[in-house]
Amino acid sequence: MDSSKASNAGIARSVPPASVGEVRDSVLEVDDFRLAFQVRGRDRNAIRGVSFSVGRNDSYGLVGESGCGKSTVALAIVKYLPRNAHIQSGAIRVNGADVFQMGNAELRRLRATTVSMVYQNPGAALNPAIRVGDQVAETFRVSGSHRAEALARARAMLVKVQISDPDGVMRRYPHQLSGGMQQRVVIAMALAHNPALLILDEPTTGLDATVEAEVLDLIVALRKEFGISILLISHNLGLVARMCRRIGVLYAGRLVEEGSSDAVLSDPRHPYTVGLLRAVPRWGTSKSHGLLDTIPGLPPAIGANIPGCVFADRCGLVQDICQQQEPQLFELDGGRTSRCFFHEKAHLLPTVEAGPKIASRALAVGAPLVRVEHLSKTFRQDGHPVKGVVDVSLSIRPGEALGLVGESGSGKTTLARVLLGLTPPDAGATIDIEGKALRPQISDRPDDQIRALQMVFQNPGGSLNRRHSVRRIIGRALTRLIGLAGRAREQRILELAQSVRLDRALLDLWPVQLSGGLKQRVAIARAFAGEPRLVIADEPTSALDVSVQAAILNLLVKLQADKGVTYLFISHDLGVVRYLSDRIAVLYLGRLMEVGDAETVFQGPHHPYTEALLSAAPILKGETRERIRLHGEIPNASAPPSGCVFHTRCPRFIGDICVKEEPPLAEQEPGHFIRCHHPIEELRRMQRPAPAPATVPGEPSR
Amino acid sequence: MATAIDELVALPARQVARRERLRLLWHSPTFLLGLVVVAFWVLCALVGRLLVPHDPYLPDLLSRLKPPSAAHWFGTDDIGRDVFSRVIVGARGILTVAPLATLLGTVAGTSIGLVAGYFRGIVDEVLMRVVDAFLAVPVVITGMLGLVALGPSTATLILVIGFVFTPLIARTVRAAVLAEREMEYVQAGRLRKENALYMMFVEILPNVLGPVLVEFTVRLGYAIFATATLSFLGFGIQPPAADWGLNLHDQYIYLTGGLWWPVLFPALAIATLVVGVNLLADGLAQVYER
Repeated sequence: MDSSKASNAGIARSVPPASVGEVRDSVLEVDDFRLAFQVRGRDRNAIRGVSFSVGRNDSYGLVGESGCGKSTVALAIVKYLPRNAHIQSGAIRVNGADVFQMGNAELRRLRATTVSMVYQNPGAALNPAIRVGDQVAETFRVSGSHRAEALARARAMLVKVQISDPDGVMRRYPHQLSGGMQQRVVIAMALAHNPALLILDEPTTGLDATVEAEVLDLIVALRKEFGISILLISHNLGLVARMCRRIGVLYAGRLVEEGSSDAVLSDPRHPYTVGLLRAVPRWGTSKSHGLLDTIPGLPPAIGANIPGCVFADRCGLVQDICQQQEPQLFELDGGRTSRCFFHEKAHLLPTVEAGPKIASRALAVGAPLVRVEHLSKTFRQDGHPVKGVVDVSLSIRPGEALGLVGESGSGKTTLARVLLGLTPPDAGATIDIEGKALRPQISDRPDDQIRALQMVFQNPGGSLNRRHSVRRIIGRALTRLIGLAGRAREQRILELAQSVRLDRALLDLWPVQLSGGLKQRVAIARAFAGEPRLVIADEPTSALDVSVQAAILNLLVKLQADKGVTYLFISHDLGVVRYLSDRIAVLYLGRLMEVGDAETVFQGPHHPYTEALLSAAPILKGETRERIRLHGEIPNASAPPSGCVFHTRCPRFIGDICVKEEPPLAEQEPGHFIRCHHPIEELRRMQRPAPAPATVPGEPSR
Repeated sequence: MATAIDELVALPARQVARRERLRLLWHSPTFLLGLVVVAFWVLCALVGRLLVPHDPYLPDLLSRLKPPSAAHWFGTDDIGRDVFSRVIVGARGILTVAPLATLLGTVAGTSIGLVAGYFRGIVDEVLMRVVDAFLAVPVVITGMLGLVALGPSTATLILVIGFVFTPLIARTVRAAVLAEREMEYVQAGRLRKENALYMMFVEILPNVLGPVLVEFTVRLGYAIFATATLSFLGFGIQPPAADWGLNLHDQYIYLTGGLWWPVLFPALAIATLVVGVNLLADGLAQVYER
């Protein structure tokens, strides 16, 4: 009872008083919308009853994992549905007009002027053969502007989306712009007719965190300036929470919980939301705080017949009634709703992973496992040298997890490929493993070195041969790496499958029959086949849903604890890197900017670049950090800036010295290296400490 | 162990891709029509001798160049042989040469394409320039040169047509391999230090079989046409075989006299077989290249 009182107080605090309960003059109303896809003559339910509304000048976020129907809802708003979509019931009203009753002309007008959409991949939204200026101008010419006038308005629009060189950008083709710039152009086109509603479907998913932060800031600024309503769709709870006043959580085509962002995040009232929030590594927590919680099972398939609650099969609080009867929409205090019979005690959802806390096995002293000295890698591009990695010296200690972070193009993957022998480094580099020199080409390496280094790839779909069975994939690695055959190999396959928690019945399946998380387990089993010393994991969870990501991270942590393997872990998600890593190395334009213990690097003082990366990461709550924005894109590696390569974007820029002189990577504290002209005390003074780890919402107070 | 179950269920919605393809083929009118036409001619090739009303090789000088009638459905040719019977049994020659030649070209072309696409660099350059050189010369000219040099026989015909088709198939397969070798499973193979033969034939080849199969059926259509053309020119299947191309060669001089039947029916046979094979190819392409 105590905890429920506490949470009620929390709601009262967090809901803006003006909006409690009442539906204001709303731009978008989705009313008990149900949709099925007809496959082979059968209706397969995809959207099982979704109702929400977006008020004028309001922001609404729709969150859910892949396959839950987020994008289908978005497309239904402009009635842009595949031919086999069958609207079963409900209505979607934009400015009061029912979209499903509209004729073609009305729909066209709706899409052209009232509702605009921005999709995930800006590169595909722009026509590659038309200059940016003409493309933006076209949206004005459609509405009858003359060419000159349309171009002028296009330019004004590009200025509005904060493109610094609008004339230059207008002359360019889309492929000549970076992803962030492309997305700005798409947003400019979406806003051209001052729409009433802007739908953003995963608008920043393919972008770097720093660029993402800029695009999101832009959206917030534009919303205020234009007074448009926003419907933001994302799998990322933190992002949605930051951007939107209200959020709805979608699961298996049903809105399971709705309410103001603060309330839903701090006091979720549906077990699914609770599970989802617990699956994300909290800002600043690491594996030493314990395993992540996961949501067991899989979401129901599209078309599944569910008599009761959609989440019942995966819910730790399930009772008989949940399986038999569909829970109604419970109206809670503060204008919130939850579709759970037990919304009162959703926070009591039992934890799935009650494992022991994992102590790091990394040894701070003693010989490093891998030692890299003066490693550079120069590519040739159109005859010009492009430096992918510049003079990196680094050691990886046995049993540790070293996290490698940096924006795309910072050389993370190149460094990994050089270690693996897939790309030879420039002359002059030395790489040792256990004191023995590692040959630059994989074809020259002896078998024990081949076994020592293995990799887990980002995309589990691509890293498994789709024409080989799981047994064959794992078995081949055993044959090649440790020469097993027959009985012994079969025995080892079963052991490996067991160690990655893969049921033996799955061994005879093909990759297409497995979900993303299961595929990644197979890939991990393969990487561990030869008892490797160092496993390089390149974004191993970025293609996976949040709840699956948690399970894979737990698996990696447990495998490390069991086998004492060393990880080099590459990820753009700083929360994930912090969770898994003992130490963190930060790369920028191929140069090491900072290396140190994960906690030290996160707590600061840190390099200004690290500071900016941390600042850009969306976090769930308790944001007390000073926000720092990096402006512009990562410079072209073929013409890096002089002096400190970061000076063009540095928020702590000093002056001449940064332009002229490259600072050394100096050991500013024991074991903490920073490449900056600022002394560490100066950095400490400028940077306030990061917030302490937030408590897990929905967890019973102890 | 809780994670043991968390995603354990293999997704019921995702059926094995192969079964899905078969189902799609079975529902494709294009593919089915092609299948019926081709199956008819294959049947004729296999057991044609048993089906025909007359001996296709027996001349009957008393009924030369008779128009179609109840006794001779397609009429008779210049030495009185039954055109219908000759069309039916004529399927055998062309349906021996064309598939074998295409198979030869596919095997050779696939190997070359795999090697060029897998190794890239100088190997690719050399192989592909040779391929370009062959592609620059018309197929029939190359074929005729080869047949003149080796002497016409069924074996050389297969060899020559297979040879001229090799570069085309090599190019298609190379393109598929180039896309495939960027997949991460190929890198995973390199990390196990797999040798090139294993990578090409065990890892990559199964993944490019779709395009190879489509290319095979497309080429088969062309091979039928090439066989008929070379036979018509006198370089292919030799007399007294009832081959369609050869028949055209023997009979087309009578066209000017208004005697159309000894020419029309073999020509129609060639046309239906080519169209049938192309329908099959279209159906396969639709399913594999979706």
